[in-house]
Order: sequence, then structure tokens, then C-alpha cells
Amino acid sequence: MATSASSTRSRRAGRRSPLASGALLLIGLLATGGAYTAFTAGSTADASSETQVAKLTEEGAKLFAANCASCHGLQAQGTEDGPSLIGVGAAAVDFQVGTGRMPMAASGPQAEQKPVQFTEEQIAALATWVASLGPGPAIPDEKYLAGDGDLAVGAELFRINCAMCHNVAGAGGALTQGKFAPGLMGVSAKHIYEAMITGPQNMPVFNDANITPEDKSAIITYLKYLENNSSPGGLDLGNLGPVSEGLFVWIFALGGIVAITVWLTAKSN
Amino acid sequence: MTATATTSPEVMETTPPPGKGMRFVNGAANYIEDRTSLSGFVKELGRKIFPDHWSFMLGEVALYSFVVVLLSGTFLTFFFQASMAPVIYEGSYPTLKGVEMSAAMASTLDISFDVRGGLLMRQVHHWAALLFVASIGLHMLRVFFTGAFRKPREINWVVGFVLFVLAMGEGFTGYSLPDDLLSGNGLRIIDGMVKGIPVIGTWISYLLFGGEFPGEAIVGRLYTLHILLLPALVVAAIGVHMILLIVNKHTQFAGPGRTEGNVVGNPIMPVFAAKAGGFFFIVFGVIMLIASTVTINPIWNYGPYDPSPVSAGTQPDWYIGFADGMLRLIPPHLETEIFGFTVTWYILIPIVVLLVFLLLVAFYPFIEAFVTGDKREHHIADRPRNAPTRTAIGAAGVTFYAVMWAAASSDLIATHFRLSIEGVTHTLQVMLIAGPIVAYLVTKRIALALQKKDREIALHGFESGRIVRLPGGEYIEVHEQLSDYERWRLVSYEDYAPLMVRPNAKGRITFGTKVRGVLSRWFFEDRIAPVTRTELEASKHDHH
Repeated sequence: MATSASSTRSRRAGRRSPLASGALLLIGLLATGGAYTAFTAGSTADASSETQVAKLTEEGAKLFAANCASCHGLQAQGTEDGPSLIGVGAAAVDFQVGTGRMPMAASGPQAEQKPVQFTEEQIAALATWVASLGPGPAIPDEKYLAGDGDLAVGAELFRINCAMCHNVAGAGGALTQGKFAPGLMGVSAKHIYEAMITGPQNMPVFNDANITPEDKSAIITYLKYLENNSSPGGLDLGNLGPVSEGLFVWIFALGGIVAITVWLTAKSN
Repeated sequence: MTATATTSPEVMETTPPPGKGMRFVNGAANYIEDRTSLSGFVKELGRKIFPDHWSFMLGEVALYSFVVVLLSGTFLTFFFQASMAPVIYEGSYPTLKGVEMSAAMASTLDISFDVRGGLLMRQVHHWAALLFVASIGLHMLRVFFTGAFRKPREINWVVGFVLFVLAMGEGFTGYSLPDDLLSGNGLRIIDGMVKGIPVIGTWISYLLFGGEFPGEAIVGRLYTLHILLLPALVVAAIGVHMILLIVNKHTQFAGPGRTEGNVVGNPIMPVFAAKAGGFFFIVFGVIMLIASTVTINPIWNYGPYDPSPVSAGTQPDWYIGFADGMLRLIPPHLETEIFGFTVTWYILIPIVVLLVFLLLVAFYPFIEAFVTGDKREHHIADRPRNAPTRTAIGAAGVTFYAVMWAAASSDLIATHFRLSIEGVTHTLQVMLIAGPIVAYLVTKRIALALQKKDREIALHGFESGRIVRLPGGEYIEVHEQLSDYERWRLVSYEDYAPLMVRPNAKGRITFGTKVRGVLSRWFFEDRIAPVTRTELEASKHDHH
């Protein structure tokens, strides 16, 4: 519509000067391009990024076929050995592969963290391909990962929703049948967020209706605060609570004092 | 000795005229003596002898850490508010700003972050409390394994046991005061146990908490117990413990010159008092060092109590661990329904097991005295190997306690050793029954084997490693003989034989006598007789 309007105008007014036609052509082209850009602004998919996505998807499909399909099936439809990945979203792939949990080294009570096996690009390719299979949670927006949310709210939400498995200080804890909730210190903000929205292993999903993105950001803020600030009281003994305190008092306090009593009562040779 | 000299006037006259400094001391001593006649007491107390062995200092560690607990606790009372009134925290710890909590929790946070030296004092108080109970435990083990609880010290064993229980009570009430998530969960477990008692359980729970758990009364009530009633009882029991210690005199290990009738060691005045004073500061120093470098009970992580969340790794302090462990070990679903009322065996059985265990510990001296039928006084401490059955019983008890204790950290054992928590629990359930039996048998055999070795060494000396060829071509290893001093330790111990079942004056064999006969056989059937004088003489003639 914009194109036809401008061209009619240029025909009516610009026949007299050769310069005018050139200028009008330029305006016309700018308007057309601008309007096109304006119409398609949301998707940022200009020709080159579209091909990039296509390339990523294609590469992802190949990587998936080579590394994941034996358990999840060639179309990620799932097999007896692994669940379907249709609709798990890019966030699930980015978390599982990005923390080294997938591909699994061996079947066990749960997939365990290990050195990451793929490069950033390969993980992105896998995530793009899996995301193309069906709608699912996307990789979180940077603005929720900055660690600048409400600290006190995050701490309270963490105690209420997370501490029963991960411990109040994020030190981790036991689950049934050899499964466990891992410690959260040193986990990147992106992976924490992805874990909340995808619910890996035994973790429940905390969707945006349950905990809003702002509240998730607050929880990340609290965890990053714990990670970056050492305990006000000195050594934290792994933040494991009274068990490590009890062991410490028996071994080091009483052990040390017994050593002193032996020394005090030793007879000189 | 100096102390007694300065307080008794007759001795004063024979001593050379005192120096300038001493004139004041003497004057003051005379002043006090004229008004209180204290010298007799000081003389008696000053000559109380303490033998020099490291294991005799464990009770002192308990006493000194209690002093530290009292001092630091007094500081904490200046700032703590024992109230459950809700307040909004506006202190300086960022993760809790603006959070609603009880005044108790808020004031504990203020002690930690806004009172100068408050966090150090909190940590001193808590570490010293843990050390207090731990040193009582080790002290009890020492007394048990050396037989120092025998006549005339049975009553003092019971007083010590009462102190142990009071210390646990002090610890638990203190643990619950800050009203943080961890302490609230601990109280909830106690509440659950109380409610599990048939008929009266619910009534008692409502009485304790002033209504439905958690209510608004419990912190104030526990505070009264923690700073008033329990400390008074502890101080009183320590007083009785000390008086009985002086009345009964100290035990000592066998050695030349040490008999049932004397105590060899340092008198309180002046040597022991100086040593003990120094040792107090060493214990104080160790506690301060730990408190200033290691976090304990980080309530700022736990947050205020809220009945809904329970953190992973929620455990009581170590001395309540055995009770928590027993609750974790009892199989679930053990309940019966009678006339619409549920009897919760998984609460009642642990309570009974724990009570029976504690009562056995408390009354062990009387049980052993009944079995041995021994009415004599004992002032020479046994070496554990020389009382194999008692040592084995002790080892079984320690194993039983240790399994319960380990069970309290079953979740942490599972995560840290990469095991499944069910596997850990089932293993510990088996160990709770089998562990003490195995420990009993193994310990008894080890004790008997050690006795045999002692006997061998006493009779034939020890292998010197020196090989000598005799003129006839025979090779022998030279055995070095022990000095008389060393041998004394090995040969002088009491020998008990199983009691004969005899009829009493009326010619009857009572039931009690029969029981005693059976128990006595169990205690003393396997025994290694001490080396006799004749055996020693004989061995002197035929050694190489």
C-alpha cells in the first residue's frame, strides 16, 4: 500500500526534473524498506538470520541424530530409554546439555553434572532444533539474570519453595532412591532460571503463573548473594547445619583439647 | 601447703617475719579466719589430690566450658528478647530486611549484626555448649571404661548422669530460642512426639505451647527454663558432684606406691590450682579461637520460623541426634487402630527405646554391683582390658548410640557418599541390632587377647629383636625383662571368679541368687587370671 501511494505521487509531481525522479526513487525505496522492516520488526528475521536459523536447525538435527537419538528417538519422539523431547523447549536443552547432564554417561538414579560436551554453538543448534519441534519454554531473557531483583523477597521465596530439597543455603540435599538435589553454588543464573521453568530430573516446574519472572529473578539474586558473600560468622563448614558443627566440635574442639591434656600430663623423658 | 600455712596461726609464729607483700595477705587471711573458721575447710580442700593422667582432665573441660557458657550467655541475655510478637526486621542483614518475624528472631539477628561483639558471643555460647555436652560424654566414657563408678562413687555417677541430661535439656531449650526455621522444626518434632503419647499427648502439647503449635508462648517459656531453672539445677548438680568428688577422693591407675588407701598426685594448693587455672584459659582460648573463625547456627540463612518450609539437612544439635536418629530408624506405618484411636508405635517404640537406654546408663553401677556381689570400695581404676565383659558392654552401648547418632545424618551420608537414602537407613536398621552384638563379641575377645599378651610380657618379658647364637648352635631371641615399675601395672588387677550359687542362712536358694549366679557366670566365665607371685618367681628362674 505504501509503495503504490508513493509511486502515484511521484508520477504526478516529479516529471519535470531528472533530479526529482532520482530523489523520489530514493524516498520510495526508503519508505518501502522502512515499511517492510516495520511490519516484520518483531521477528528480526531478515533474510540472513532466517537462513541462520535454518542452518542451526539443520545442524541441530544432525547433532541430535548423532548424539541423542539413540535414547530420545530420531524425531525426538522418545523411546523406552528416554522421554519425548517434543515441546520441552530450548531452555530444557540449554540446561541439560549446557550443564553436561546430557548426553548421560550412564543410566543411574538421575543425570549428573559432568564436563560439558558441546560448544556454545552446538548447544544453540540442538536447542533450536528441539524448539522447532513444538512450543516450549525459551531461553530466558538477560534482564532476569542480572541478579538485581529484590533480595529479601528472593530469600523468602527460596526458603518456601526450594530449601526443602536444596537446603536453605543452597548446599543441596538427599532425595529418595539415590537421587539428590544438587548444590546451587556456582550454578549460572541462566541455568538456575532454566531449571525453574523446565523442572529437570525430579524438580517440579515453577511456571510463570507460579513464580513470576521477577520473582525468579529475585531468587537468583539471593543465590548470587550467598555465592558472593562469605558467611558473616567465619568458615561455613559446607552450610550443612548441625551435623557438620557436631563433627567439628568432636574432632577439632574436643580432639584438640584432649591433645592438650595429653601434652600437659606427659612426663618428661 | 602455702595456703594452709598462712591461715593457721600456730604455723605463723614459727615462720620468719613475712615480707611487706605477705603482711597484707596474712592480715586478710587472719581477718577472714577469725570470722569464719574457714581454715579447716581450706586445709581439707587444699590437700585434695589430683592424679596426673590426661583422661582425668575431661571433667574439668566440661566444667570450664560450662563457665564459658555462663559468661557468654549472660552477655546474650542483655540483648535477647524472649517474645514471639511479630515485628518487621529493619536491621542490617540485607536478605531479611522488611521480613516479618518474631521479636526473638529479630533480636537474635540484632545480636549477630548490630550489637558490637554480639556474633562472636553467640558463637562462643553455642560452640562452648556443644563442647560442654561433648566433654561430659567423653568424661562419662572414661569413668565407665575404667570402672570409676564402683563403690563408693555410684551416687556421683548418677549425679553426673543427671548433669548430662540437664545439659541436653539446656542445649535443646537454647537451640529453640532464636525462633528460626531450624529451631521451629526441632520444636515441631518434639511436639509430634508428645502428641504421639496416647490419651495425654495432645493435652500436654496444648499445655506446653499454650494452644495449638507453635502458638505465641513457647519461646518465653523455654527462655525461663533455659536461663533460670535449668542453669540453677546444673549449678546445684555440679556442686554436689564436686563435693562428692572431694568426699570420695580421686581414683588412680595402678602403679607402684599407689594403693586403695592413698591417692598419688598433686594437691590442689598450689600445684593443681595453678595448673587448673591455666587449663581453664586454654579451654577458653580454644573455644574463642573456634568461635571467631567458624560459623555456628547461621540463623540468617534459616530465616524466621514458618510452619510450612522444612530445609534439607534439618538436624538437631549433635547431642539430640541419637533421638532424631531413632525416629528415623523406626519402620514407618507401625500403627494400630483401637476403638477409633490410633496408637502410633513409631513414636512410642523410639521413646521407650531411648528411655530404657538412658536408664541402663544411669543405673549401670548398681547393675554391675549386683552381678559381682562386690561390697568393697574401689579406688584403683581398672584398665579396660582387665574387665573384659564391662568393656564389651560399654562398646556395645557406644555402638548402639553411634548407630542412632549416624542415622540422624542419614540424608547427608547418602548425598556425600553417593548412596541411596533408603539403603543407608536399612543398613543402619540392621546395624542397630547387629552392631552392638558384634561390638560386644569383638571387644571381649580383644580385651582377653590383650590380657593374655600382658600376662606373657609380665612372665617372659618382651622380645628385644636381638638374636643370639648359643655355643651349641641354637639361636634364641633375647627377651628383655620389664622393670618392677612397669610390671606392677600389668599384674596388679582384681580377679573375679563366677559366684557360686549358695543357699542363704535359711537354707534356701532364692530367685535373686540364681539370677546373680547366671549373670555372674556371663560376666566372669571367660577370664585371664592375673600373674601370681609364684608364677613370677618361677619365670625368673627359667627365662633365657
